[in-house]
Amino acid sequence: MPEPFTALTGIAAPLLIDNLDTDTIIPSREMRTTGRTGLKDGLFAPLRYLDADAREEDPAFVLNQPPYRGAQILLGGANFGCGSSREHAVWALAEYGVRAIIAPSFAPIFAGNCVRNGIVPVVLPAGEVTKLAEAGEPVTLSLEAMAVTTASQRFPFTLAEDDRQMLLHGLDAIDLTFRHQPQIAAWLKQDRAARPWVYA
Amino acid sequence: MVARLEGSGVLLAIDRVLLHERTGAAALNSLAATGRTPLDPARVFAMIDHIVDTRPGRTDATTIAGGEAFIRETRAACETAGIRLFDIDDPAQGIMHVVSPELGLVQPGMTLVAPDSHTCTQGAIGAYAFGVGTSEVEHAIATGTLRLTKPRSMRVWIEGQLGEMVTAKDLALALISGHGSDGGRGHAVEFAGPAVEGLSIESRMTLCNMATEFSAVAGFIAPDDKLFDWLHGRPLAPTDALWGQALAHWRTLRTDDGAAFDAEITLDAATVSPMISWGTSPSASSGIDQAVPTSAPRAMLDYMALEPGRPLAGLPIDAAFIGSCTNARLSDLERAAGVVRGKHLASGVRGIVVPGSMEVRRQAEAMGLDRIFTDAGFEWRLSGCSLCFYAGGEGFAPGARVVSSTNRNFVGRQGPGVRTHIASPETVAASAIAGCLADPRKVLAHA
Repeated sequence: MPEPFTALTGIAAPLLIDNLDTDTIIPSREMRTTGRTGLKDGLFAPLRYLDADAREEDPAFVLNQPPYRGAQILLGGANFGCGSSREHAVWALAEYGVRAIIAPSFAPIFAGNCVRNGIVPVVLPAGEVTKLAEAGEPVTLSLEAMAVTTASQRFPFTLAEDDRQMLLHGLDAIDLTFRHQPQIAAWLKQDRAARPWVYA
Repeated sequence: MVARLEGSGVLLAIDRVLLHERTGAAALNSLAATGRTPLDPARVFAMIDHIVDTRPGRTDATTIAGGEAFIRETRAACETAGIRLFDIDDPAQGIMHVVSPELGLVQPGMTLVAPDSHTCTQGAIGAYAFGVGTSEVEHAIATGTLRLTKPRSMRVWIEGQLGEMVTAKDLALALISGHGSDGGRGHAVEFAGPAVEGLSIESRMTLCNMATEFSAVAGFIAPDDKLFDWLHGRPLAPTDALWGQALAHWRTLRTDDGAAFDAEITLDAATVSPMISWGTSPSASSGIDQAVPTSAPRAMLDYMALEPGRPLAGLPIDAAFIGSCTNARLSDLERAAGVVRGKHLASGVRGIVVPGSMEVRRQAEAMGLDRIFTDAGFEWRLSGCSLCFYAGGEGFAPGARVVSSTNRNFVGRQGPGVRTHIASPETVAASAIAGCLADPRKVLAHA
């Protein structure tokens, strides 16, 4: 079950690359087991290592630089997490310790995967993300205030209420949906009569 | 819709869930670990496609280290859960987005999800089909529903006639290069208009397949008589009285005339040339008769070893790949074979054809297409996702320039350092013969 998220303050690592795809976040070749763990060393492998097999770090990559190493907040470019639906990308980010990503837009499947794993996908206009990156100050992200703030700036954001509640309380989506079991059963009963071929 | 949730959320009933061996075990094992069971396993199906070997004589062994575990654990988990698996030796085995429509498993008006971004392909069958992560798949299997926020609506209206050797793939690349890789973000996209109606059902699947490269939530096409004729008689399509009942319902699944969309894009098919990508995003594509744009991002050009202003046609290639959920259906292979017929791969070029399903493979062989490809020097493979992406096993050599009928040209997608150019099967075939990126219209003219 994901850890609840109310607010977090930390250094935000800038990774302002548009269309950063999930193949880059975790390449298929780094998905070595059938489970959800053991992925953090493969995170951003194509960018993070000079030699991925030897795990030789590239000092030019932001998360290899001292202030940003282990950052819990990332600043991203537009269409962050596009490409493959692999949830391993989010599992790898979560295992590394990332709790929030602030970007101008997210690929839809990736954003859904974030919410299911306790990572907050925050959409802010590109100009505001750039300002956060340029200021380089610690960033506070609050799901109660629904704003990203620094010593000198404050940017409000929105999130679907269902997603916000799940993140705030660390709720399990399946448990939550099971509360609707009577409605699901009633819906299935009428749908079996209306569209019998779907169930044939 | 089963229920309204807090805010603007809804609980949407999911009619079909598809799994594959790359994440099937992760979803089913985690479901079992929490003591949950599938709500209705008869509406869940699993395929072996993502990492299965596509070389003849294959077994559970994969070209990636440890890949067998993914196949075996998925097989075991499906058996425990009572889920039908189209296993390696099943005559219906193949890529999920080829097999599902081929079997009539997906039908108009259905909701369908799979842990694969190209699930939007199946929107061509008039279904609301979209890719999700493993957790969402688990949710859909356990509850028969998903918690969703209603997306905004977009209509992509395509008018005009497609020119010779211009295909649905070219329309998709023209749309994405014109409006960006996130041009469809937040929207469910309906493809409509005379050019869309005129496409074959298989070509419609190619168009909808690329909706995820547009960052759309889903892509779909309204069902019509062409589709109903195509579906009739497929193994899992309704029969007898149920067919009539289904058909009456499907005919109601049309967007109202004059309906308002949150966004509209119009594209004239007649202005579209055969397209080829030159960068590392599908949006970085141009007509094959164009040059690398002067505005192209430097990082992309460095990776692709290209210079601005260089004409795309004539760029030497190392390999050509025809396959994937985008472009490996029978009509794709037929059109590519039409270009290849009587010719041979250029010297030093490796050519590979991977049919989208074993059924496509059998039909192609019955038509003699396999001979056209093998006589030309192409490898003729068994079905699977194969070299569409590199999973650590088989791949192209670092630095290799590959022209590919697939959907993604990301950095390293087909192997570390591999330079992928995506295009239609025709353009891939023409380039394979020419030994360089080639305009299929010119290859045809010289035939």
